[in-house]
Amino acid sequence: MKFTKITAAALAATLAMPVFAQDTKVIGVSIPAATHGWAGGMNFHAQQAVDRLEKVYPELDFVLATASDPAKQVNDIEDMLATRNISALVVLPFESEPLTSPVKAVADSGAWVTVVDRGLAQPGIEDLYVAGDNPGFGKVSGEYMVSAMPDGGDIVVFRGIPTTIDNERVEGFENAIDGSGINILAMEHGNWNRDDSFTVMQDFLSKYDKIDAVWASDDDMAIGVLAAIEQSGRDDIKFVLGGAGMKEMVAKVRDGDPMIPADVTYPPSMIATAIELTAVGLTSTAPVSGTFTIGSVLITSENAADFYYEDSPF
Amino acid sequence: MTATETQPSRATRSVNLKVLGPILALVVLVIVGAALNGNFLSAANITNVLSRSAFIGIIAVGMTFVITAGGLDLSVGSMAAFIAGLMILVMNAMLPTMGPGWPLVFVGMLTAMVAGTLAGFVNGFLITTMRIEAFIVTLGTMGIYRSLVTWLADGGTLSLDFGMRSVIRPIYFDGILGISWPIIVFALVAIIGELVMRRAAFGRHAAAVGSNDQVARYSSVNVNRVRMLTYVFLGILVGVATIMYVPRLGSASPSTGVLWELEAIAAVIIGGTMLKGGFGRVWGTVIGVLILSLIDNILNLTDGVSPYLNGAIQGVIIILAVILQRDKKAES
Repeated sequence: MKFTKITAAALAATLAMPVFAQDTKVIGVSIPAATHGWAGGMNFHAQQAVDRLEKVYPELDFVLATASDPAKQVNDIEDMLATRNISALVVLPFESEPLTSPVKAVADSGAWVTVVDRGLAQPGIEDLYVAGDNPGFGKVSGEYMVSAMPDGGDIVVFRGIPTTIDNERVEGFENAIDGSGINILAMEHGNWNRDDSFTVMQDFLSKYDKIDAVWASDDDMAIGVLAAIEQSGRDDIKFVLGGAGMKEMVAKVRDGDPMIPADVTYPPSMIATAIELTAVGLTSTAPVSGTFTIGSVLITSENAADFYYEDSPF
Repeated sequence: MTATETQPSRATRSVNLKVLGPILALVVLVIVGAALNGNFLSAANITNVLSRSAFIGIIAVGMTFVITAGGLDLSVGSMAAFIAGLMILVMNAMLPTMGPGWPLVFVGMLTAMVAGTLAGFVNGFLITTMRIEAFIVTLGTMGIYRSLVTWLADGGTLSLDFGMRSVIRPIYFDGILGISWPIIVFALVAIIGELVMRRAAFGRHAAAVGSNDQVARYSSVNVNRVRMLTYVFLGILVGVATIMYVPRLGSASPSTGVLWELEAIAAVIIGGTMLKGGFGRVWGTVIGVLILSLIDNILNLTDGVSPYLNGAIQGVIIILAVILQRDKKAES
């Protein structure tokens, strides 16, 4: 993951097959099923990218498989290797550990491997790693909090499903607000879920008489938090900061909702970046191996219109 | 509660423990909660806990009858998500013609009730007429409804049109005399359920079928009809729970209602209903539901206990309840 520059050797490995071969190459895309909003957006962007690239590159064929659990994803990848003779695999692993050896088998077969978002347990298997920046996501969120509360204040923090992603984000956030006078009253897992966050926020409102702001850390959780605040009728909470870039929340930022003054991106469309780069790697001489980090960007009312995708489900 | 302080004979003590166990657990939880946080007994917190218990509670009352009659339904969580999605889609589709207002809310309610009835009927039909194990049938429909709502939502979230949301919102947040509608509906469903279980022929028939369906058949109980009706009633109650759920956040997604079936089944068992059927206790189910939501609430109101352990605490309580239940069965 340290190599962002391509070498001639890596390029040769990339294009193991002759560049000008006219026979069709198959790119396998294996992603988790749309079980929550972000994954739904990711599925949407994967499908869009595949549809677009099939038109652009007649010599490429795509197999898109969605899996509802890690075991199913392993089967999908084994099937792709055995029956579709894939030249490249784009995979967003459900979980790092169980997917490592099947993806390694694909890499050992000589196919190109692009890993998205969640890294594998063993480094060096993938040719290209496309990922969001989780510590950066926390850092951008924390810096916004500091700028929005120059005199400090009391906040509550919502965490996602207990995972490395969540830990990295929270750590980045805590580092960013360190020494700013912002005090975290409590942190609780809302599991990136509206209903869970609604009940947790209700309980936070019962527990604390004064909360200045909420780091919901996710737009789905922010929706639950907003509903609980509205129900309580309290006006001590100045704003709620979500994250990810759900279109409803981006619309609120764009329209100047005082409770949602900003949002921080963690774009599900990163799967499209991965598929596009893989297609470029298979069809051209342009080097694409290495690590491609997609930074988290602060959305405010000035730039919100650029982050609003009308057709996306997320 | 004074009964526990007396020293009855061994046999009756177990029975009393079984009857009083859930109530004692609830009382202990309330005392612990009040001791840990001054706001625990505030009207706002009590309203919150009771309102959020209503979804699982309404479903669990129906589940009590299904389990009493020797059945099981794993599909209720997915079913609720699917019905919520359907209700939102129908209301959004009719909005341009009907405009936002109460007539449209009634259309949404009707959609939920009809969909719930049909879904319960499908489960009941496959189990009774097609003679497939309830576990298998409802495992299948669980997957079907979960996939359908994911498909309807295109993987994302189905949201009620904004204009409609303010109209429908009072169903969850408002009420009469400061008691919110979900609490009122939950109480009504529980009281009617308790009366049907204790006083009506249907309740006795359900217990007879769950206890021994051959004997029930010889006693001229229409076994298939009773079984079918338990699933249809459960479907209707899932519809009712959905009507309470949709107004809260005005949205449904593939993560709606995940694990509701297990929470409902756990509440039923904690309340003293036999998992093997033959005996049901609706008021016990209500206590079971309250115990499960109070554990969450107390853990949120206190520091010191890792939220990771929430599931472990619930698990211990469920297992304790089943141990008490086994004691009684061994003696009878």
